Amino acid sequence: MMKTLFSAVALLASSLAMAAGPTIPLDKAPIDLRDQASLQNGAKLYQNYCLGCHQMQYQRYSRTFKDLGIPEELGMEHLMFTGEKVGDHITNSMPAEYAETSFGVLPPDLTNVARVRGADWLYTYLRTFYVDESRPFGVNNKVFPQVGMPHVLQELQGVPTRAYETRLVDGQSTEVYVGIRTDGSGELSTEEYDRAVADLVNYLVYTGEPTKLESHALGTKVLIFIFIFFVLAYFLKKEYWKDVH
Amino acid sequence: MFKNMMSWIEYRLPFMDKLNLHVVQYPAPKNFNFWYFFGSLAIVVLINQIVTGIWLTMSYEPSAEGAFASIEYIMRDVEYGWLLRYMHSTGASAFFVVVYLHMLRGMMYGSYQKPRELLWIFGMLIFLVLMAEAFMGYMLPWGQMSYWGAQVIISIFGVIPFIGDDLTLWIRGDYVISGATLNRFFALHVIALPLVLVVLVFLHIMALHEVGSNNPDGIDIKRDNDGTVELTEADKKFTFHQYFTRGGKKVIVDAIPFHPYYTVKDLVGLAGFLFIFAFVIFFMPEGGGFFLEPPNFEVANPMKTPDHIAPVWYFTPFYAILRAIPDPLFGAIAMFASIIALALLPWIDRGKVRSVRYRSELHRWNLVMFCVSFVVLGVLGVLPATPTYTILSQIFSFTYFAFFGLLWVYSKNEKTKPLPVRLT
Amino acid sequence: MSNAPVDHGRRRFLTIATSVVGGVGAVGVAVPFIASWSPSERAKQAGAAVSADISKLELGQLIRVEWRGRPVWIVKRTEEMLAQLADTENRLRDPGSEVPQQPAYAQNRHRSIKPEIFVAVGICTHLGCSPTYLPSDFAGQVEGINSGFFCPCHGSRFDMAGRVFQNVPAPTNLVIPPYMFVDDGTILIGEDEGTA
Repeated sequence: MMKTLFSAVALLASSLAMAAGPTIPLDKAPIDLRDQASLQNGAKLYQNYCLGCHQMQYQRYSRTFKDLGIPEELGMEHLMFTGEKVGDHITNSMPAEYAETSFGVLPPDLTNVARVRGADWLYTYLRTFYVDESRPFGVNNKVFPQVGMPHVLQELQGVPTRAYETRLVDGQSTEVYVGIRTDGSGELSTEEYDRAVADLVNYLVYTGEPTKLESHALGTKVLIFIFIFFVLAYFLKKEYWKDVH
Repeated sequence: MFKNMMSWIEYRLPFMDKLNLHVVQYPAPKNFNFWYFFGSLAIVVLINQIVTGIWLTMSYEPSAEGAFASIEYIMRDVEYGWLLRYMHSTGASAFFVVVYLHMLRGMMYGSYQKPRELLWIFGMLIFLVLMAEAFMGYMLPWGQMSYWGAQVIISIFGVIPFIGDDLTLWIRGDYVISGATLNRFFALHVIALPLVLVVLVFLHIMALHEVGSNNPDGIDIKRDNDGTVELTEADKKFTFHQYFTRGGKKVIVDAIPFHPYYTVKDLVGLAGFLFIFAFVIFFMPEGGGFFLEPPNFEVANPMKTPDHIAPVWYFTPFYAILRAIPDPLFGAIAMFASIIALALLPWIDRGKVRSVRYRSELHRWNLVMFCVSFVVLGVLGVLPATPTYTILSQIFSFTYFAFFGLLWVYSKNEKTKPLPVRLT
Repeated sequence: MSNAPVDHGRRRFLTIATSVVGGVGAVGVAVPFIASWSPSERAKQAGAAVSADISKLELGQLIRVEWRGRPVWIVKRTEEMLAQLADTENRLRDPGSEVPQQPAYAQNRHRSIKPEIFVAVGICTHLGCSPTYLPSDFAGQVEGINSGFFCPCHGSRFDMAGRVFQNVPAPTNLVIPPYMFVDDGTILIGEDEGTA
């Protein structure tokens, strides 16, 4: 009885949860926190394209260098632009008032953005900008409608537009959105661009929780230890309870 | 020498005697099952919360300007700070998991019935203080959910006629939730409420040991020593503290000393619990977005409400009841009633048989329906309030309260099964 | 209930084994709590080595830089100051700097890497006041010695190598921090060849 009950509740819960899911399907971000080359490329992209507006005020340069295997001298030369110290947080010097007048809002800090939005959302978001002349920056976004941010990666991706195909839907031919296409004017091919965005998102996932790998490594040891303790405690209990049973 | 010293102390403070009374010679029914792990686990989680909490206070900064950054400081700059913080945040959720299962145990086996009414009331007070403690604690990281969750919950007090607006103003200490609110919540969270909790837990255990533990069969292990009780060999095997035998006026059947039998058994339960607890801490500290909600990784912004505000999962059943009723005042009343009803269980249930094992089929299904209502309300409380969900919330709020109404009606003349003479 | 006799050996073994493993677990749990008290990344960054520009330092001039919240002096000593270091020695408590108040490379008469550049933590070893630098009127404190450091709090006196005179409250010489020369004009305090 209990079992059927639990499965019924689980079914109800999952169907309810499904109904509240996102309306636009998100692409799965290929995250690999062990891929240091990818993280390093992500860090480079962040410093060049994002940091101008978005601070990363809880992450220190030294932490990034250490965790990503970047030698300090190399990091200071290629990833630090405004003469900070290596132990400083990754910040920019954009005045808040200027930001508010240019973008309407203060560009959010991105240290934890992957924990707020999720990696898949970021991965999809950065790949679904499209030309929309009605917007102040001339671009709009599929997962973030009316976005107030310019498409800063356009020089890499090229000019993106929405592609449609004519399909038969319920016996009527309809224009169906099938994805984003670029005019090929970017520095990267579509595959290379996807890879670059994946690297950037990978880095943002890392900065959201720099202790994740450490946590998993330590956690495995702790679980093995607790299991050993469990086995011992179990036999100890059995031994003492011979008095009772 | 050592012996002399011990007896010197014992004469002045009977420490060994109390240890015998409460642990070594405390008679516990021999048939405790899985459901009896959660009391001791709740104590373990309480200790975890207190110790990690003290350590977090060492690096936390209770101010609107510094709170969020200080959490990130703990997570990134303090050695093992991330672990201490995850132990505390996961511990909060674990506390409610354990306490809810502990309460369900009490409901299944009628542990609230006479003579354990006061024990149950202390338990409910612990639950109330725990909710206040958790709510105030959730505000401290000063993220978006901390801020807006607190905003919603404090607003509930605003529905009280005449004094509501003044009351919310007084609670916040400001016209909006601000550093002033954060500071007072911090003080209550780290000092006042933990003290109250510890005192209540002490009283809960004292009240338990006075009346003795119930068991899955719901029958007494202490019998009048009137010569009619047949003692088995096993009953004669153990000695219990004379306090429980009332100097020979009572005999104790089917009991075993708490130590070592239940200490070693609880150790097994503890290891099992720690395995799951550690797994969450190390591998999924966000608990799928339910233990640490994604918007809370963004600093509180009074100008921007998150798209969807849901309280932390352990409040959602009550929150769903609140939202189910369109009128805010009656919604709030219903929510408080849902907790009060639980506290009044010893008087709502007029039955004489405690355990669900020997009660009517109707009671069994009533209890199942109550659990279903609670879980479904919990799910609904997380979801946005669409018309369909609101209707579902209303249906399950009704079945939640129907449990108590039905129980009061049928328990008076309930058709129960015959009780066993001895524990099974 | 089984009437088999209790196997005391097995019982004792399991009790001890569980206790030992449990004890190890308790120690393990204590590790993060204890470790969290060591200096955090913020404290380490605040206490990181500081560099100072000494290319414009004049003879006899003292500059102060802050390192780990304490004043560090950098003095460019004159020939006369260096010469007088030999004259003070019979009146010093620890002329050979036997007490380890300095890195090994500063255990010499001038207590420094380069003889003319003196680097020291400007905190009296008595009760933590910062002594006053008397570049030319120290003779009033110690006869025949023209320059040195005088602590206004309790009258401790140090020579131009930070060595303490006899019969003053301060027990030891001034502390020399680890330091190194990045180039001729730049000095790095808090880090040396050994730690870099």
